Amino acid sequence: MIPALLFMLGIGAVCGIILSLSSKVFYVYEDPRIANVENNLAGANCGGCGYAGCSAAAEAIVTGKELPSLCIISGKEGAEKVAQIMGVDVCSAESPLSYSMCEGGSRAADKYHYMGISSCRAMAVVFGGKRVCSVGCIGLGDCVKACKFGALQLGPKGYPVVDDDKCVGCGACQQACPKEIIEVKTLSEKLMKFNQKQDPLAPCAQTCPAEINIPRYINQIKEGRYKEAVQTIRMRNPLPLACGRVCPHPCESECRRGIEDEPVSINQLKRFASDYEMDSGSRIPIKCAPDTGKKIAVIGGGPSGLSCAFFLRRIGHQVDIFEAMPKLGGMLRYGIPEYRLPKKVLDWEIQGILDLGIKSFCHVKFGADFGLGSLMASGYNAVFLGVGAWKDYSLGIEGENLDGCYTGIDFLQKMSSGKKVNLGKRAAVVGGGNTAVDCARTLLRSGLEKVYMVYRRTRKEMPANEVEIVASEEEGIEFVFLAAPTRVIGDDSDKTTHIEYLKMQLGEPDASGRRRPEPIEGSETLLEVDMVISAIGQSPDPSFKEQDPHKRMVELELTRWNTIDNDPATMQASIPYIFTAGDAATGPSLVVEAIGGGRRAARSIDLFLKGRPVEPVKDSLQQKRIRESIFKKVDGIKKTPRAKMPEIQVDGRLDSFVEVDLVLPEDTAHEEAKRCLDCCRICYNPDTDFPIAGNN
Amino acid sequence: MEDLFVLAISCIFINNILLAQYLGNCPFLGTSKKMETAIGMAMAVIFVLVMAGGLTWIVNEYLLKTLDVEYLQTVSFILVIASLVQFVEMFLKKSIPALYSGLGIFLPLITTNCAVMGVALINMKEGYSFLEAIVASFAYAIGYGLALILFAGIRERILLARVPKPLQDTSIGLITAGIIAITFMSFKGMV
Repeated sequence: MIPALLFMLGIGAVCGIILSLSSKVFYVYEDPRIANVENNLAGANCGGCGYAGCSAAAEAIVTGKELPSLCIISGKEGAEKVAQIMGVDVCSAESPLSYSMCEGGSRAADKYHYMGISSCRAMAVVFGGKRVCSVGCIGLGDCVKACKFGALQLGPKGYPVVDDDKCVGCGACQQACPKEIIEVKTLSEKLMKFNQKQDPLAPCAQTCPAEINIPRYINQIKEGRYKEAVQTIRMRNPLPLACGRVCPHPCESECRRGIEDEPVSINQLKRFASDYEMDSGSRIPIKCAPDTGKKIAVIGGGPSGLSCAFFLRRIGHQVDIFEAMPKLGGMLRYGIPEYRLPKKVLDWEIQGILDLGIKSFCHVKFGADFGLGSLMASGYNAVFLGVGAWKDYSLGIEGENLDGCYTGIDFLQKMSSGKKVNLGKRAAVVGGGNTAVDCARTLLRSGLEKVYMVYRRTRKEMPANEVEIVASEEEGIEFVFLAAPTRVIGDDSDKTTHIEYLKMQLGEPDASGRRRPEPIEGSETLLEVDMVISAIGQSPDPSFKEQDPHKRMVELELTRWNTIDNDPATMQASIPYIFTAGDAATGPSLVVEAIGGGRRAARSIDLFLKGRPVEPVKDSLQQKRIRESIFKKVDGIKKTPRAKMPEIQVDGRLDSFVEVDLVLPEDTAHEEAKRCLDCCRICYNPDTDFPIAGNN
Repeated sequence: MEDLFVLAISCIFINNILLAQYLGNCPFLGTSKKMETAIGMAMAVIFVLVMAGGLTWIVNEYLLKTLDVEYLQTVSFILVIASLVQFVEMFLKKSIPALYSGLGIFLPLITTNCAVMGVALINMKEGYSFLEAIVASFAYAIGYGLALILFAGIRERILLARVPKPLQDTSIGLITAGIIAITFMSFKGMV
């Protein structure tokens, strides 16, 4: 007995000593919180959280990859203790919720009905899916079976519907789903989700530069859930009122219905839903993630700046906007005339964004009133530069500085901010883009007798939106095509009297695919006007770069078009803590593009602030199309006419700046929403009983 | 040399630690749901078994036998094996982090596993030499890994089958294991 005891004592002591020595020798520094956190996890190594064992989970929590509520067994108490160790409030932990990406479950017909297979996983292995659609929900409910909390149900349309109140975000459904279409995400993750190659995305949603989930909100409008539709839009676009009015809707040109019929009037439905919110008189509350304590300066309160600020605020950061003009809105306010986007509407929309807790400072110009150094000194962790493109290109012809000559953006800006402009009687607007059309229509509304649009190519090549061109034709603007201005002629007191142009003819197509105009010798023609507005494009004004007294901006690289050089996939500029999007980065482009860019920049800023590498989204689409999703024909469509946009009669609109386009009435919007095929990547709803998919 | 080969074959197939001796069933059922995990576990078992086999042989030969306390075999092996795995874990974490991240989570799982213990005790009972003990431990581990990976493959296929409700998951797992064990019985006359 005694020797046995002694032996065990001895061998125990030896083992103990060896272990304690080796723990000294083989010591690897580990955050002491990891062990601490691990002690408060369930310790079952169950893997329910998605990590292999509790130590891996503890490490993920401490390194900030996961939230204190990661452990699904230790429950609320465990999460509270972990949160305490991490020094955060457990309530501040953003709770993830499950959601289904596929909403087209009932849309695709069943492919096989195979007796005996009752699980999605098995079905996925055998056929790649039960339904015709190879991407979306199989609909056998593995996720429903996996959910221990009864938060999932197969909805009436055959795809799972999540009950947010019951969902605890354990991730069991995500693991059970063989199609990766049910995902467990926090609000921040949902807001910062970008289109990826493998996502189930309808062609319209692939095309939208802001990546709005278009079929989802149309579906919500169809079901009368307007508020939810607005929330869906706000997941991607903070300015639905403005976009619903001015967006040239590239999405509609990819609409699958447009292949056999007219495309769905997507943008008008967006406007319908967002106008519904405004007209209802109450704002739909916008959810934000808990505060993170990081501060970001957004320079420029235009669409890209507002979008970036909106999304940064929604994922919990503190944002201040600095604006050089007297009011926020950028080109939306100063570049788009009242009759297209009333200031009242814009004000209402911007107020909603500021109400999230965003501070704005107007009338302060970056580079002149403050610089990068002062921002850094005030404790901002990152800077978003959305200064836009406000500098008009000049015509470069003789006489363009005469009295009565203006440049496009400058003119629109003066008109918008109510500054006095000496208006004449007859005007020529040079250019064929949206700015030119806006100038022309604004002039007409200001009481001019005659407004010409002078463009060097033909109507077919005009870059302005088709609807805008049609509207200006209706309003009586005279187009002078194939005309290149050569000089502006003035009288003795330097007042403009004529513009001289050279007639052109179209030659071979150039790099942009448009036929290049060539001058016809000796065809000089005079046009009698007392105002000339040149609206032939803009570039960013790089003056902020030199004016910075701290000289830090010198390192910021610009392109040869004076736009800020950035990585288009991450929006990061050449100075790592500066991010940029919108016209300042792309040159003059669409509002919706600036909004998408702002959100992409917000994602990168978030990564940057969390100390993670600022990397592009993996397999990001960025408006590239998924080939299999673009059909050549779509069978079984019964043609139904597209809702016509209601607008004010031409007679009534020329003597004022009243908004021309009107919102769809509710019943028309319903009918229009019903025209949506609810396409996913390859499944779609045939109005007839002719099920097909991907037969291109 | 030939003897060692025969020993190895018999340890892998005829006396398969899992299917013939029924040791180490809990990780067998626990880690066989996915092929990936099964492979990780198999590697960890090989790693730990070989070292435990060697160390316990030394402890038995030079400590227990010399001090004439062989009846303490079981209890001292528990201590030695547990300490060994802890030590190895620390060593790997510091020196070979890549290996640690691959095997790390499986090591604690088999610290106090009956398969490891069983192999150590069988080695002593059979009176193997040091070399034989190492070869036998390695072969047993291979046998374990073989069974585990086979089983994981089968379980992935079972997902496709319609299993009656009362027999789902672990039940069907045990039944399957039983059937594989029966097939392994056919190796009996090999050596």
